[in-house]
Amino acid sequence: MAHLAPEVMHKAREVVALYPQRRSALIPICHLAQAQDGWLTPEAIEDIADLLDITPAEVEGTASFYDMFHTEPVGRYVVTVCTNIACMLAGGYELLEHAEERLGVRAGGTSADGQFTLEEAECLAACDMAPCLQVNSRFFGPLNDERFDWLVDDLAAGKFADEVPPHGVLSRYERRHRLEAQRGGVSAPRKTRAGAATEAAGDDAPKRGARRIQEAVKKAATGAVSVRKKAGR
Amino acid sequence: MITKVPPIVTARMGHEDSHTIGRYLATGGYEGLRAALRMGAEAVRAEVDKASLLGRGGAGFPAGRKWGMLRKAEPVYLVVNGDESEPATFKDHLLIERDPHQIIEGAIICAFAIGAAQAFVYCRGEFALGIERLEEARDDAYDHGALGHDIFGSGFSLDLVVHPGAGAYICGDETALLESLEGKRGFPRIKPPYYPAAIGLYGQPTVVNNVETMSNLPWIVLNGGEAFAALGEGTSTGTRLFALSGHVNRPGWYEVEMSKTTFRDLIYAPEYGGGIPHDHELKAFVPGGVSAPWFGPQHLDVALNQDEVGKLASMLGSGSIVVMDETTCVVRAAWRITRFFHRESCGQCTPCREGSGWLEGILRRIEEGAGREADLELLLDVCDNIAPGLGWPPKQTTICPLGPSIPSPIASGINMFRDEYLLHVKEGGCPLRLAEGAA
Repeated sequence: MAHLAPEVMHKAREVVALYPQRRSALIPICHLAQAQDGWLTPEAIEDIADLLDITPAEVEGTASFYDMFHTEPVGRYVVTVCTNIACMLAGGYELLEHAEERLGVRAGGTSADGQFTLEEAECLAACDMAPCLQVNSRFFGPLNDERFDWLVDDLAAGKFADEVPPHGVLSRYERRHRLEAQRGGVSAPRKTRAGAATEAAGDDAPKRGARRIQEAVKKAATGAVSVRKKAGR
Repeated sequence: MITKVPPIVTARMGHEDSHTIGRYLATGGYEGLRAALRMGAEAVRAEVDKASLLGRGGAGFPAGRKWGMLRKAEPVYLVVNGDESEPATFKDHLLIERDPHQIIEGAIICAFAIGAAQAFVYCRGEFALGIERLEEARDDAYDHGALGHDIFGSGFSLDLVVHPGAGAYICGDETALLESLEGKRGFPRIKPPYYPAAIGLYGQPTVVNNVETMSNLPWIVLNGGEAFAALGEGTSTGTRLFALSGHVNRPGWYEVEMSKTTFRDLIYAPEYGGGIPHDHELKAFVPGGVSAPWFGPQHLDVALNQDEVGKLASMLGSGSIVVMDETTCVVRAAWRITRFFHRESCGQCTPCREGSGWLEGILRRIEEGAGREADLELLLDVCDNIAPGLGWPPKQTTICPLGPSIPSPIASGINMFRDEYLLHVKEGGCPLRLAEGAA
């Protein structure tokens, strides 16, 4: 009995099919497994090894090379505070110190209630909002002690449910297209997340695609355009 | 000089919905691809050669030449490097989140020019929103007929896969990235073969190009290589996206004309960095990612030109500039950068794996007051073991350039601020912090 849920296995097989060689799917599938459990469990590692036709040691030996994969349980929110040069110049270490105090853990630990894992991060590539951090790979910044406390309060109260998915969920986007160049056509009817066949017949797909594009262009042309400030995201 | 040139890669950033297919098509999106398909692959390659487009990842290798080095064998792969992790660099992050279609269009143009069978966009794992947007953009490109079978009826077919990384600086190195894409640890490959163009992904000829490099292609195809080369000077042509951070009033990204603009413009001009907060003095700055040796106030009038900066023994590298004002402790700054290299060293080569740890430890003890005068020579000696001669560009004792980058902040820092290092030793700790404690 596989540990990974049937829909996760289904997605994983779809990912494998994207690459000329199976093993290329290792990192994306580890992300899927981490999305299911919040961390990379030994049982999931076994399933992934089976799927990719390699040993569990090869999966774990590869996954443990990468910072984002956790081979031990983590909190509901993994808070990674950047202390690299740009954030350090803006008070990144002071922020980390405050975070340790507020959450009652040292960097690398998980709070007693299992809510927060705190980590010191290397540069997260958001230096225009230094000092910054990520919660489950979603960006927040610039922060000071007070704003950090608000963030923690809001997270604990579930106010960021939309912005911050559970730990391990990388992309919430549901793929519509698979490899099509060689196949000479459009995607076959695909399954929804629940595993039920969609109503779409393969022949209608290009029309629906074209309609979607037309609507998007119309929206861009007519919609009010808010102009962003020059710098910053 | 501040030149008013139209932005090339940030033209859509004024729109809140710059990442959508609707906005992209309403602003000329995928027209470059249509033009490229009409021109033919050879003509596209010729335009990119004429443009003298230097790779925007860090090494600054001419994109056209990279493409020309491909071994003649099928299939050919294109890999777009979006694993931006060089500290203080955040320009690819911007392009991925805010204009993913531009990257995808550039990738399709490139794949067409080099005859690639499949393209992969390797996106840094921490960019969760960026990955979502790249995936949506990819699907919309399929729907639009810009990807998949028989693109825009041209007979050219291409599949594109968005591949997430999982947090490892080393994967920005092109051969480490290929290993990672093959589902392995991000260990840079032993050279030779020197270039993925000969033996790359799955042993096949492969072009690995940076996200910003790809983003320039639609414009180059539409406006011609000559128009691109008319901007900038020498081999540093076009515009470049710089990431400015540290002690500046307006940290952020700025697309400026290469060669014409100087570091002073970028840091002080009101339309760019707007100067240093509290009118503090500039102490030093990182001119091109933390792998680059530091510059001081005497370098402010150097132009943003790859060759000029290279002649002065540093590099434009990844296009990130970190400003450090007079309140910055240079030992602490060097320590933090070295700590980064120590943590991110993949561990294959002894000089890098061991050297980075020793250097971090020595810097830490100087900063914390346990340093000795001989530590300065010790630091330089360890640096010399990693990059013999401490020249520029650094000599290599390791498989990849990560190791030889480690001495950059240390050797240049000691060169510029030897007295401050010695003061740490003499006063038993960081003079800035001791003063803070006394006040």
